[in-house]
Amino acid sequence: MRQTFITTVEKLAQTDPRLVVLTGDLGFTVLENFRDQFPDRFFNLGVAESNLMSVAAGMALSDQIPIVYSISNFVTLRPFEFIRNDIGYQNANVKIVGVGGGFGYGLAGITHQNLEDISLLKTIPNLTIISPSDPIETAILTRLAIKHQGPVYLRLGKVGESNLHSKSPKLKLGQGFIFNQGTKLAIFTAGGITANVLEACKILKTNQLNPTIINLHTIKPLDTKLIIKIASQHQHLFSVEEHLLVGGLGSSLAEILVDKHLPTPLTRLGIKLYPKHHIGNQNFLRHLHGLSPQKIAQTILTSLNE
Amino acid sequence: MTTNLKDLEKTANLLRRDILNISYHGQVGHIGSALSVVDIITTLYFHIAKLYPNKPNHPDRDRIILSKGHACSALYSALYRRGYFSKKTLYTYHQNHSLLAGHPDILCPGVDASTGSLGHGLSLGIGMALAAKLQKRNYQVFVILSDGECNEGSTWEAALSAPQLKLNNLTTIIDYNKIQAFGRTKDVIDLEPFKQKWQSFGWRTLELNGHSLSQLTKALNSPNRPSSKPTVIIAHTVLGKGVSFMENNLEWHYWTPTIKHFNQAMKELKSSL
Repeated sequence: MRQTFITTVEKLAQTDPRLVVLTGDLGFTVLENFRDQFPDRFFNLGVAESNLMSVAAGMALSDQIPIVYSISNFVTLRPFEFIRNDIGYQNANVKIVGVGGGFGYGLAGITHQNLEDISLLKTIPNLTIISPSDPIETAILTRLAIKHQGPVYLRLGKVGESNLHSKSPKLKLGQGFIFNQGTKLAIFTAGGITANVLEACKILKTNQLNPTIINLHTIKPLDTKLIIKIASQHQHLFSVEEHLLVGGLGSSLAEILVDKHLPTPLTRLGIKLYPKHHIGNQNFLRHLHGLSPQKIAQTILTSLNE
Repeated sequence: MTTNLKDLEKTANLLRRDILNISYHGQVGHIGSALSVVDIITTLYFHIAKLYPNKPNHPDRDRIILSKGHACSALYSALYRRGYFSKKTLYTYHQNHSLLAGHPDILCPGVDASTGSLGHGLSLGIGMALAAKLQKRNYQVFVILSDGECNEGSTWEAALSAPQLKLNNLTTIIDYNKIQAFGRTKDVIDLEPFKQKWQSFGWRTLELNGHSLSQLTKALNSPNRPSSKPTVIIAHTVLGKGVSFMENNLEWHYWTPTIKHFNQAMKELKSSL
């Protein structure tokens, strides 16, 4: 996803001189081409993420479009208050790009994983949160994020994700995309974990189930209209996310169901408790937390039988 | 703007009275901090900065960030007297439905950045100065820091960053009154040797009396600005400057004035011109 992202930015930067890329000393093998093509618009501000965020805000308040790039926890958790005050509250047109959200940096250990970015950033005023599921979506959503007037957080994968779309979909910010229209049960998801949901769907189909699969690539603002429609058309809802259940995508869905007095049951799949000291790669950790295709399918089947 | 030092002195005195008036009216503290920074603000808003009060967001305006946002009564008084808003608006300071919060908000005409949480302003200023370079605009960026703010790690992240970016269009002014929220700077986090710290970080470093309008105007006019360095001015100031019982008194970082305080302070200010 990150290669697709930067290729898209490079294309846009050819015609939009407002675009600049800022990094906190990360982006090895990703940002070099942009740096070499646009040396005057590339700024490595060093390992200093609070400064990074507010410099970006200052540039945006003076009409640039800064793209801030780093590993996701370093541009979300570390400088949270700088994002809140300087980017969110002031509606600064900064695009924050966090690579490896979830277990993307699994083997790097807990300090490099990010399971709380969505819940934290959902509270930031004016901020749009986008989590593409594959490189095709990344290209489209990167363009839309940059075109959008206002701050955006783009949560990207980093392990060389495969394309899930067979052709380029029509996407709009704030509108969910239906991967599969099924019946009775519906699964909401976002981000790289969508690949596992689609695999889980194949398993469910061998069990005579045909779930509707909705990709909510824009986590904020959520497509409330679509969610209400799906909730009223299905008997059981599920959410699957590579994030803590506290404050994540499923949590937002639950809020909508409660606020709209909708009775459809919702089962949330995600990381229940903060991970114990388990070391492993993204797939290992996903499986450990019930997010492999097999475990997703198993949990759904169990829930339906309860 | 004003080039006559006498006129500047009068303006600084008027701003001091405004600070007292609106702080008493709004029953809000931080008067000591406002009185320590007000000569710096007077020099910037009435002599140095290129401003467009009728078009506050003019792209070529100089940017001024009051990073020590708690001293905003000085800023609001200057903005009022430069014509950004009316006297009526000035007196909404710290009231419900006001644009003039207890720390500056970008919603207020003439405020270039929402500040108050310390350690943000210098980075915001760097961003604005970088944008000027990219857009080949000639505006200057001025950031006013407090001494306590130099405890913040992010201030030093920014201090490392600006010289690296060769931002000679950025000037930082430190209101060094040597009193922070809960004690004297030397007892809380001693900043000394302060000048050497900034010098060693690569800044053009000046040191002056932050209540001397002649020293401030001379330094901020800055004819000898180097081509590749940002400037920091360490302005030695006195908390509560201009009101005898507030001067160098930690309590006036916080206290709101009673009618007795107010009357005495106004009497002193009126007689000092």
